[in-house]
Order: sequence, then C-alpha cells, then structure tokens
Amino acid sequence: MSASTRFAGALPGNARARVRRADRIGDGVLYGLCLFAALLALLALGAIVYKVADGASLSISRFGLGFLTHASWEPNFGRFSAGTLIYGTVVTAAVAMVLGIPIAISIALYLSMVAPRRVSAIIGPLVEMLAAIPSVILGFWGVIVLAPFLQAHLEPFLHSVLGFLPIFGPTPTTGTGLFIASLILTIMVVPIVASLSRDLFLSVPRELQEGAAALGATRWEVIRGVILPSSASGVAAASCLGLGRALGEAIAVTQVIGAANVIHTNLFETGDTLASRIADQFPGAITSLHIASLFYLGMILLAFELVVNVAAQWIARRFDVRRVGSR
Amino acid sequence: MNDPFGDPQEATGLPGGPAGSPEPSAPDMQEPDPSGLLTADPPDLSGPLTPSGHLRRRQLISRCFETGQTIAALLAVAVLGVVIYSVAVRAASVLSFGFITHSAPAGIAPEILGTIIIVALATAIATPVGVLSALYLTEFASTWTANAFRLVLDLLNGIPSIIIGLFVFGLLVVGHHQSGFAASVALAIIMVPLIARATQETLLLVPAGMREAADALGISRWRTVRGVVLPAARGGIVTATVLSVARAAGETAPLIFLSTLAGNTISNPFGHPLPNIPVYIFEASESADPTGFARAWGAAFVLLAFILLANIVTRTLNRRSALSR
Repeated sequence: MSASTRFAGALPGNARARVRRADRIGDGVLYGLCLFAALLALLALGAIVYKVADGASLSISRFGLGFLTHASWEPNFGRFSAGTLIYGTVVTAAVAMVLGIPIAISIALYLSMVAPRRVSAIIGPLVEMLAAIPSVILGFWGVIVLAPFLQAHLEPFLHSVLGFLPIFGPTPTTGTGLFIASLILTIMVVPIVASLSRDLFLSVPRELQEGAAALGATRWEVIRGVILPSSASGVAAASCLGLGRALGEAIAVTQVIGAANVIHTNLFETGDTLASRIADQFPGAITSLHIASLFYLGMILLAFELVVNVAAQWIARRFDVRRVGSR
Repeated sequence: MNDPFGDPQEATGLPGGPAGSPEPSAPDMQEPDPSGLLTADPPDLSGPLTPSGHLRRRQLISRCFETGQTIAALLAVAVLGVVIYSVAVRAASVLSFGFITHSAPAGIAPEILGTIIIVALATAIATPVGVLSALYLTEFASTWTANAFRLVLDLLNGIPSIIIGLFVFGLLVVGHHQSGFAASVALAIIMVPLIARATQETLLLVPAGMREAADALGISRWRTVRGVVLPAARGGIVTATVLSVARAAGETAPLIFLSTLAGNTISNPFGHPLPNIPVYIFEASESADPTGFARAWGAAFVLLAFILLANIVTRTLNRRSALSR
C-alpha cells in the first residue's frame, strides 16, 4: 500500500483519501469477483458429481454393483444393467485409439518435421478444423454417407481378407454397428491428439535434433531416436485426452451404432455405449427406475472420464518435470 | 519445417559418414560453402554421389516413413473435404435466401434464431466467469492454488457434454419444465473451461515488465488489470470466446434433454424450450422417414458454415496479430 500512498501524495488531501478508498474498494471487489468465478468452476464440478450420483441413488440401491456385470436392459420389466454398454464403450474407444493414435502421431510428425513451413501452416489449421465439425453433423454424415459405403465395400473386403479373426465377421444388413462408430470416433480423436502432439514435437530442443543429424542420422532416425523418446509421455497424456473424448461421445455414436443390447465379438454387428444409451433413451424414459438407471450409466461414465483425465494430468506433470530437469 | 536436413542426398557427402558408405569423403558441391574451407581444394568428383548399401537402406526407410506421414496428413484433410462436400451437395437443393428467413416448411429461421438466443445467453454467462477465473489464476492465486484450480478447469473440460446435460436436467428441469435457459446453462458450463484456459494462456503472455511498470507507478491492482492487463490480452480473450461459441453452437448432447419439444415458435427462453439447429438435425437423422433429410442437410450446412467461418476468421486475425507482435 505504501507505493499507492506515494502516488496519491501528489494530490490534495481529500482527493488523496478518495483515491485511496477507491483503490481499496476496487482491489477488494476485483479479488472477490475473481475468487467467486474460480470457486464457481469448482462448485460446478462438485455439483455435477453430486447431482449425477444423487439421480442414480434409486438404481444403485436396487441393483448395487451387479449393475456393472449383468447384461439385461428391459425397461418394461424394470431390469437394468450396464455390462453390454461398458463392453461397447470400451471396444469402440479401443478400436478408435488403435486406429487413431498412429495416424495422429504421423500427422503431428508430418506437420512438425517433414512438411515445409508454408504447407504445414495450411494443413495444420485444416486438421484442427476437423475437430470443429459438430458431432451431430459427423454422425448424420456417418449414417447416410459412410455406412452404405462401408457396408458395400470395406466391411466385405475386411471379412474376406481378415475373416479368420472373429472381430471381422460377416457383414449384417443393417449398416450400423460398432465398426462405423469406432471410425467416427477415430475422426474425432485424431485432430485432438495430432495438434497436441505437434506442439510437443515442436518443443523438442533443436540442439538434440541437430546433434543427431550431425552424427549422420536420417530424418526417421532423428524422429525415432530423439523426438519420440523425449516427448513420449506428453504424447501419452494427449492420447488420454483423446480417449476421454472417445469414451464420452454420445450423439454421433447414437446415430451410427444401432442401439442393440447384445455383446458381439463381430465389430460389424450393432451394439451400444454408455453415453449413447443415455442420449437415446433419456428423453423417452418415464419410470423413475429407468431414469435412475440412466443416471447410473452417467455415473459410470463420469468415473471413467475422471480417471482418464486425472491420468492425463498426472502424466503431463511428470513430463514437465522431466523436461525441465533435462535442460 | 523444423528441419536440420536439406536434400537427403547431402548425407552421402558428409565427411566421416556412416559406416558402410563406400564414398565417405566427397563433399557436397551444390551448396555454397560459407566457411571457404572446402572450396580451397576442389574435391575428387569422379566417384558417383549416390548412396549405396546400408546407407541406402536407411534412407529408404526414412523416406517410407515420411511418405506414410504425408499420407496420414492428406487423409485427414481428405476426410474434412469429403464431409464438407457431402453436406454441401445434399444441402444444395434446399439452400436459398428464403431458407434462412422463413419457418417450416420453407426454411429453418426459428431454429437459427433459437440457436442464436441459446448461445448468446450461454456466452453472456460464460465469458465473465471464464475471464474472471483466469484473472484469479494469473493475478491473485498462489502457485499451489493456481495449479489446483487449473486441474479443476481441465477436469471440467473433460466431462462429456451428455453428463452436463444430465446435471442441468436434474438442476433446472426436474420439477419445472424444459427451457432455453437450461440449455444456455449447460452450454455455459461447457464454455467456461475453454474460455478460462485460453484466457489464462493469453494473460501469461502479457509481459511481466508491463505489470511491474504499473506497480512502480504505485497503481493499484484493479487499475492495473483494467488499464494494462486486459487491454493487452484483449485479442486472445476475443479469440477464445469466438472459438468457444463455435464449439457451443454445434453441441447437441445436452440440448436433447433441455430444449426439445419446442415446436416452431420462439418464446421466452426462461420459461419455454426453444427450437434449435443441432436438435433439429439429430431428430431428422433419427427418424426413419427420409423426406426431412434435405432440410436437415440444409441446416447442417448453415451450422457448419458458421462454425468453419468463425474458425477461419479468428485464426487469420490471430495469426496477423501474432506476426505484428
């Protein structure tokens, strides 16, 4: 406060007091508003967890933990459980990650290492724009444009070439299913992981790259020996964020997955995920047990998301420490 | 771009090159040598400057991976192009000026207006909260507190929008009824972490010297924030807000519990649900009847055009200001 007193000292007495009072009030109000806004975010997070658990309480007391493992979902008979939905969620997200992460890392390497500056200044924003397409439009496109194509061409091809694997079974007539849901999720995950990874690759110290190059390493050897090892944990954290997106996507998956309550090993068959079951049935749910069970699904999904996001944060912090330590 | 290599061929010319290269000593004459060391004595150019054996295999591997990476990037751009193209082609039959100024069956004016109202209310809630919490993180909080609140914002950002829809349903709709305002609250919860985190990044870029100069003049904290920090960060805050508006405009999952059942009329958003574009597209795509598809594609085109334009414009302006900095 002494600094502000000296500033006010240039003014006559009562004006000095007025400025000092205004400063004190202004500082207090600004601090209060900022703290209030930050606490509002904390409150929202806590209230979301509480409300979802509260809404699920009826279903939790009725079904307990057996809800997680059983497979029946019969609203007319009051029987609900999440086994098939957890299976569908995990399978679609896993396929999306298996397909998406190598593509995303390749794109990030292209943008940061291979492409000329001008080219990557155009392609980089285009890749990020892929993430801006609303999921409802992507899902609409998926069910009208992509599904017929997959059903007519890609799925029979995969079945004839890789049909010895049970996941590539014969193509059913519906055109919707786990496989197309995974592809739509891949399209959503790739731009997120790619743009985060590109920033990581660009932050690898140049001396390390130049040192490797001076020793005669080819560009791929620099990538494999310097770029990837020194940013591996950051890429893992970015992948966790992508996984969180894939687990929680509701709308686009609802549009393409076919909403069936069965467990198929064949990826081309229909299935359902936690988030898409909520989006599909919540607007039409009438009995309180049905609504509570949908909240229970939301609680399971929320637990998945919090674990994945905390993991991402934890990995990213460790990564920061290592990067600082190596300098 | 971040690339210490020129033409990979040059690797052959490096003295003391990799083992297995039979001509390790021919320097590359295509680049002028600034040091003048190599030009003093013209090198023996009789041997071919092509790599062979082990080195050739290593370069081949490198080139294969580079090609793969290029293909991956082109694939992503191609998917973007195919999606935009298929939306535009299917929307072409219904698109006209009347499509955005009339209500059904000719156009989607109520849906556009409803989306604008919902998103505007959400922005009015989310921008002050987001900017003020970012100010708290950068200007007031201790390191530990700032880290904790940053974690909270990141977790909030990671919560799926459908869960936020469930939350707002339990908070505002149970016991009352659906309303445009409930949808705005849900979108605001989605927007706050986006605005706060991006604003925080911008505030951290404001040079410490500017804050210190204000401190040295004896100016109080709130005057510094109002007169120095916020004006310096204004561009970044606007960018963050516009990008989060573009994200919220297409968000569908919360709206299907909170603002459906709207019919075709715009009424008071605090008591009634509003029609909106995302729910309109969703319901059309879920219906078995394909007659509504053309108008749904038209709606998708309008939404997509707005979102992509918002992205392109802010990115362009942002890059220009980044260059002038």
